[in-house]
Amino acid sequence: MQRFSALSLFTKGLRGHAGWSRQWRAADPKDSYDVVIVGGGGHGLATAYYLARNHGITNVAVLEKGWLGGGNVARNTTIVRSNYLWDESAALYEHALKLWEGLSQDLNYNVMLSQRGVLNLAHSLQEVRDSRRRVYANQLNGVDAEWLDPAGVKDFCPILNVDKSQRYPVLGATLQRRAGTARHDAVAWGFARAADARGVDIIENCEVTGFDIANGRVTGVQTSRGRIKAPKVAIVVAGHGSVMAEKASFRLPLESHPLQALVSEPIKPVLDCVVMSNAVHVYVSQSDKGELVIGAGIDTYNSYAQRGSLPVITGQMGALSVLFPMFSRLKMMRNWGGIVDVSPDASPIIGKTPIDGLFFNGGWGTGGFKATPGSGHIFAHTIAHNEPHPLAAPFNLDRFTTGALVDEHGAAAVAH
Amino acid sequence: MLLINCPHCGPRDETEFHAGGEAHIARPEKPEDLTDAQWADYLFMRKNTKGWFAERWVHAAGCRRWFNVERHTVTHEIRRIYPMGDAPSDDIA
Repeated sequence: MQRFSALSLFTKGLRGHAGWSRQWRAADPKDSYDVVIVGGGGHGLATAYYLARNHGITNVAVLEKGWLGGGNVARNTTIVRSNYLWDESAALYEHALKLWEGLSQDLNYNVMLSQRGVLNLAHSLQEVRDSRRRVYANQLNGVDAEWLDPAGVKDFCPILNVDKSQRYPVLGATLQRRAGTARHDAVAWGFARAADARGVDIIENCEVTGFDIANGRVTGVQTSRGRIKAPKVAIVVAGHGSVMAEKASFRLPLESHPLQALVSEPIKPVLDCVVMSNAVHVYVSQSDKGELVIGAGIDTYNSYAQRGSLPVITGQMGALSVLFPMFSRLKMMRNWGGIVDVSPDASPIIGKTPIDGLFFNGGWGTGGFKATPGSGHIFAHTIAHNEPHPLAAPFNLDRFTTGALVDEHGAAAVAH
Repeated sequence: MLLINCPHCGPRDETEFHAGGEAHIARPEKPEDLTDAQWADYLFMRKNTKGWFAERWVHAAGCRRWFNVERHTVTHEIRRIYPMGDAPSDDIA
């Protein structure tokens, strides 16, 4: 791997940037691997990277049916935060945020983490109570959190409309200063490059069509590029968890929905934090290119279409115009949809499946991007040791049978 | 935007409706006799089909009645709308 540094950028720049090599090899599938990872998204690549880095397991293939950065890792609103209510979630997402904070150095790839602060607005007395409760819970869990009154919100984000005469006035907000955004593509590319450098084969345009299972134990996968043997197979897909599970003959408590987002025309810097509103339901930040990146909720019906419907966008743009009257005349440039797998308790499913050697990591719903390094880290541990990482244990599939749900619907700082 | 043909009111925009999720999940006759795994299967596990899918909708901002729909979850095409209690098409069951 060619390491990046200020010096290498400078010297390559003098030669017209002609001397750079490929970021990762275009590997052909081998007959067998120690671990096969199904899905080359952020979580899959992170899993491969941490398998190699932390556990010395480098005979690993990542199989991606499309191309890297074509799925949800490139279809999100890039927000990173850890202000979840329940202990299990706070521990998981805070673990991820800590990894984010050192990730650019660790990967030798700038993931452009920008800890610009995330505001979660409260618009009703009940929301104020719930938000303050979440702030206290976060503080007890070692997650940085503050409560701001309307004047404090205005001070932190001057262009936000906190006028009391609004139908849903801003009555305050929680603030996580360490939260912010990261560059989505760089996350995929950085993990791919670093995993490849440690020997992981990244195989694009290779769709998994079935699993080889004998006596309740996985022995390999069938793909569009032939059979691959592996004693351990890990499904790390967003949006197609149920499709994959059906091929392996087990059931998941997931429903797939489109989650869409859009960007405005680029404008000069006006918004230097992330603003999220649960009640009127919109979230927005400004990218380095100057575009506003705007997201909201899922379409309510099941879909695998990777596009959303107009009423959702209409609602979120209405909410945006009320919160930021100055945005009301902006043109929107692009919109897109990704398919998210939503679980009954709005928490992910990480761990073993009913089939020996087959692991699952999915069901992240609308909030998987923020967890990318943490998810890969604990999932790699789970695969390597054949036992759930302590942070992953509460998110096992069995919780739907035992009833020990981690109910983050409405508790996670945004509605799901 | 879906155009859903309510069996009672005629074609209306999707914003008048609420999606009710997978259809034909019968509540167990004797819940107390089920194991935890069977109860979890009834309560939480879903087909989540990619393709033709039978689902429930309610005309929430109209007649407020429930009905079943067969819709393709990739193209969003609706091929059949039928009353609660009727069986789904053979390729879905």
